[in-house]
This record gives sequence, C-alpha cells and structure tokens, in this order.
Amino acid sequence: MTQTSSDISSSGASARSTGADPVAERKPRSTTGDKLIGGLSHTVLVAWSLLVIIPMLWVVLSSFKTSSEIFASPFALPQRVNFQNYASAWTTAGIGSFFVNSVIVVFGALIVTMLFGSMCAYVLARFPFPGSRALYYLMLAGLTFPIFLAIVPLFFVLRGMGLLNTLPGLILTYAAFAFPFTVFFLFAFFRSLSTSIAEAAAMDGAGEWRTFFQIMLPMSKPGLATVAILNFVGLWNQFLLPVALNTNPENYVLTQGMASFASQAGYSVDFGALFAAVVITVVPVLVVYLIFQRQLQGSVSQGTSK
Amino acid sequence: MTAVGPPVVAGSSPKVFWSRRWRRRNLTFDRISFFVVFLIVPVVGYIAFVVSPFAQAAYFSLTNWSGFTSDMAFVGLANYAKLFADATFLKAMANSIILAIVLPVVTLTIALVFASLVTVGGVSHGNVRGLRHSSFYRVISFFPYVIPAIVIGLIWSQVYDPSSGLLNGALTAAGLDQFTSFAWLGDLNTARIAVMFVIVWGSVGFYMVLFIAAIKGVPAEIYEAARIDGAGRFRTTVAITVPLIRDNVQTAFIYMGILALDAFVYVAALEPGGGPSNTTLVMSQQLFTTAFAKGQFGYACAMGVMLAAITLAYAALVFAVNRLTGGRNEVGE
Repeated sequence: MTQTSSDISSSGASARSTGADPVAERKPRSTTGDKLIGGLSHTVLVAWSLLVIIPMLWVVLSSFKTSSEIFASPFALPQRVNFQNYASAWTTAGIGSFFVNSVIVVFGALIVTMLFGSMCAYVLARFPFPGSRALYYLMLAGLTFPIFLAIVPLFFVLRGMGLLNTLPGLILTYAAFAFPFTVFFLFAFFRSLSTSIAEAAAMDGAGEWRTFFQIMLPMSKPGLATVAILNFVGLWNQFLLPVALNTNPENYVLTQGMASFASQAGYSVDFGALFAAVVITVVPVLVVYLIFQRQLQGSVSQGTSK
Repeated sequence: MTAVGPPVVAGSSPKVFWSRRWRRRNLTFDRISFFVVFLIVPVVGYIAFVVSPFAQAAYFSLTNWSGFTSDMAFVGLANYAKLFADATFLKAMANSIILAIVLPVVTLTIALVFASLVTVGGVSHGNVRGLRHSSFYRVISFFPYVIPAIVIGLIWSQVYDPSSGLLNGALTAAGLDQFTSFAWLGDLNTARIAVMFVIVWGSVGFYMVLFIAAIKGVPAEIYEAARIDGAGRFRTTVAITVPLIRDNVQTAFIYMGILALDAFVYVAALEPGGGPSNTTLVMSQQLFTTAFAKGQFGYACAMGVMLAAITLAYAALVFAVNRLTGGRNEVGE
C-alpha cells in the first residue's frame, strides 16, 4: 500500500528513482500520444499557474509606482524603487493596527474554539447519551445554514450583552461559528482513535479530565493541527462578521480595514498605497503558507483518505 | 464501522470495563464537572451565539421590526409577500441562483481535471503517476485559498480597471485596441462573467487539493487494471475517478454551492453598487443593505430565511442527484 501510494504521489523525482529502470528499458512505449497529451496538460497547468502568479507580481510591481505612473502604463517599471506607498499604507491606513486586531481576534477565537470544540467532540464521540444524536444534527445545521440568516439577530444579541463593537464580542462570535466545523471534524477523528489506551488509563485510575488532557488530546495532534489550520484560514479571511458586528474603526480587523481603505483610496486616487497595502496583507500569509503547505496538504490527505 | 463496543480483553470482567453507559455510581465530582465543562458550557455558548440567532431570525421575519425601537408588530407572512413583489430582490435571487448553478460546475470541473492530471495523468506506461513538477502546480494553484477573499476582490478590481488595469493593458498590447478603456465590471455583458471568473480563480486550488487527496486514497491497482483494460485518460477520469471519489465530489458541490449563494465578499469588493442594472447584485448583498443601511430588520430577516431555504434546497438537490445517479447517500454517517 505504501509503495503504490508513493508511486501515484505527485513527487516526480521519487517516482522516477523507484520506477525508472524497467521503464527506461521499454522506452519505445513512450508514444507520441503520450507526448502530445503530456505537452497539452503541462500547457494548461502552466497557463493556470501564470494566471495565478501574474496578477500578484503586477500588484507588487505597482506597489512601487506613483499614482501617475500607475495611470500612465500598467506594465512600465517604476522610475525608481520607493517605499513611499508602503509608508503611507502603514501610517495613514493603519494597516498595522488592523493586523494586530486580526491577530488578537483570530488567535483568541482559535484557542476558544479548539478547546471547547475538541472537548465537545470527545464527549459526543465517546459518551453517547440520549439526545447526542440531536446535538450532532444541531451542529450539522450550524454548518449548513448561511451566517447571513443569523447576522441581524446576532447584532442585537451582542448589543444586549454589551459586546457589540468590541474585540471580545468578535472573538466569541468567531469561535461560535467555527465551533460546528471543529466538532464535526474532530468527532470523526475521536471515533477513529483506538479506545484501548483510554480504557487502560481509566483502569489505572485516571479521571475523565486527566484521560482527556493527558491521553486523548496528545493522541489527536494530527487532527487538531488540520482543524486549527483550516479554522485559522477561515477566520483570518472572515469578512461578514466584522463588517456587521465591529463597526468601530479602532477595532477593525485586517479584512474590513482593507475594504474601507480601498474605498478611501478610490476617492483620493492613491492606488499606489492600495497596492502596497495588498502586498503587506499577502506577504505574511504567503510566508506562512510556503512553510506549512506540505503539512496542510499532508494532513488534509490523511484526513480524507481514512 | 466502530459502532461495535470495545473489544473485550481476555481476563478482564466486563464490569470493570470502561463502560459507555452513564452509570449512577459513576457520578463523581470528576465526572460531573467533566460533563458540565466539556458538554454544557460549549453547547450553551453555541446555542446562544449560533442557534438562537437563527431561530430569532425566523421569528423576526414575521414582524415589521425596524430595529432600534422596540416597536414590533406581528405581520405574519407580509414580508414574504413583499419579497415576491420586490423586483430588486427577485433580481438578486435570480443572480444568486445562477451563481449557485454555474460556479460549482465550472470550478469543480477545472479542479477535477487539474487534480487528475497531477495524480494519474502522467505517462501511460510504467507506474501510474502524475505529471512531472506536479507539486509546483499544486502549490501555486492552492495559494489563492489563503489570500483573504476581500483582497482577491480588490486585486481583481484593479486588474479589471478600465484605464490602468492589467487586463486591458495586456489586451491593448496584443493589438486589441477596442479594449483600451473597456469597463469589464461596468458593461452589462461582461460584469457577471468577470465576477464569476474571480470566484473561480479564488476557489479552484482548494478543490484541486481536496480531489488530489481523494484520488490518492484510491488504490493504484484500480488505475493499473483500468489501463490494462485499455482505458484512456478521459475514460479513466469519468469511469474510475469520479465514481470512486463520489462522496468528495458531493461534499465539494455543497461547499461550493454555499459559497456561491453567499458570494458577499467578492461582490462587496468588485461591485459594491450591484453592478450595471444590478446584474451582479446577490441576495446576501441586498440583505446587508436592507438591514444595516435601511434598518428594515424584519424584512432583512425574511430575506435571510429565503437564502437559507434556497441553500437547503440546493443541498437537498445535490444529495438527490447523487443518489439518483447511483451513489450511496449516507448523511452524517
């Protein structure tokens, strides 16, 4: 199994090194049809890759141009590399403070939802009780219903609690809406873990708390990592909740800050700063993505091929 | 599956065994506090912040509530009657339904083709494998998924810019002078396609990775057998890949359909005003304006109920199609 799955795994180099010899001897079987289709496939994939990369590179290029250079020609290189746009995006737009708010809200919500989500998934997966099935469907409903249906009452729920336009309010809301997905995913994960270790712990006298935190949680690290990464991306990109529930500019998170900055930049025709702000937003994500992409895609494939 | 109870280890009596039953004598402090913190606290929070707003929305949709006053009269189905006489909303609803039909089909087809190419689309001899450099394509294609959708929208609104945008610059440079200042997002014929393209651009990579993972779960022997039987690449994809990863395709259709029925963040960046003659106005956008700009909260909740109803109908349709075409239908199993 491991042999075959590594054969169809996408790493061309390892496939060649393991399977190259017998193939090389039968070279005539590399038909013209193969080459044609191979060439066509590469062309399509290269075209798509360019379609992804070129707009990004263009944004980076434009972020170094003055507004008049941007209007003159979309391709021309800037006269000289200046960081004026970055300075004005950082100071006048307050990208820095949006960034800090985003970090606070997303990590706060991530901690809350991962903790309670894993606890709840564990109980649902391991201790069936009357109504646990109903609770499971309640989670499914929370995943399926559009947030838009809840957004108006949510506004007044938060206002009633005095949490409207505050970061703690946003943290709780983010956590609550990431909760059903977390429970759903980890429910399946806890189900798939062997029960015997937990039973051994129980027989050795470990209580429920201890079994969970010292045995089950460390055992489910791969599942937790996958959910945490997916939740992080989802929450970092969340737009509707902050736009509706967090209207105080001081508390803006990055996504809504970018939107409001874009409309201001449109009025003041400061497109250079807008491009710079986009670069500032994307670069940290790009770095984190390039570091974790193997891990992310690896754990996704692990989770779905079970 | 694992629904059978824990395997009984030889030598241990079932009574000592860690039982799944909630027995009275197990009601220690440890156990009670465990259930309170692990179950009751998160579920109460979930109900307060997620379930109760959904339920309240259904109730508010039957009132004429304007929001900041407590005046609220029960008006029955009047809001719904108003919805079906509201030309703007009906237009938005039609646009949303078009997005929900077109976007999943287009996005998932592209994603499935790409995923097949990088996993099993390589040479037709030797081991079954993908194209060379496939991890490069995968990493690049997946990247838009991690960019916030609002930023994707802002980037593309600049690319589409009539006078200084990348698209018209490239087309003009290629000699197509009629595009010198063509307003892609302002023209009645192109606005919707331009918006759809951005959503596809932002989504393909995620589903590609999803499908790659699913295809890798298919034993390679099956592909080898199909190849020995003489199936080409196209035949393999249609007759082997799609049926075997049917459940993943169904999940992807539902995710993508929900995203398409929302689409709020993309249109908020690309077409905040609804586009030319409201061709890109979607239900979510109209709901937001109705609630937070006009303050018609009861009416906005009725729109939310419609949006939820369409979302559920869409999900039911996907399940039904999957079952009618021969798939197993295991909801939540």
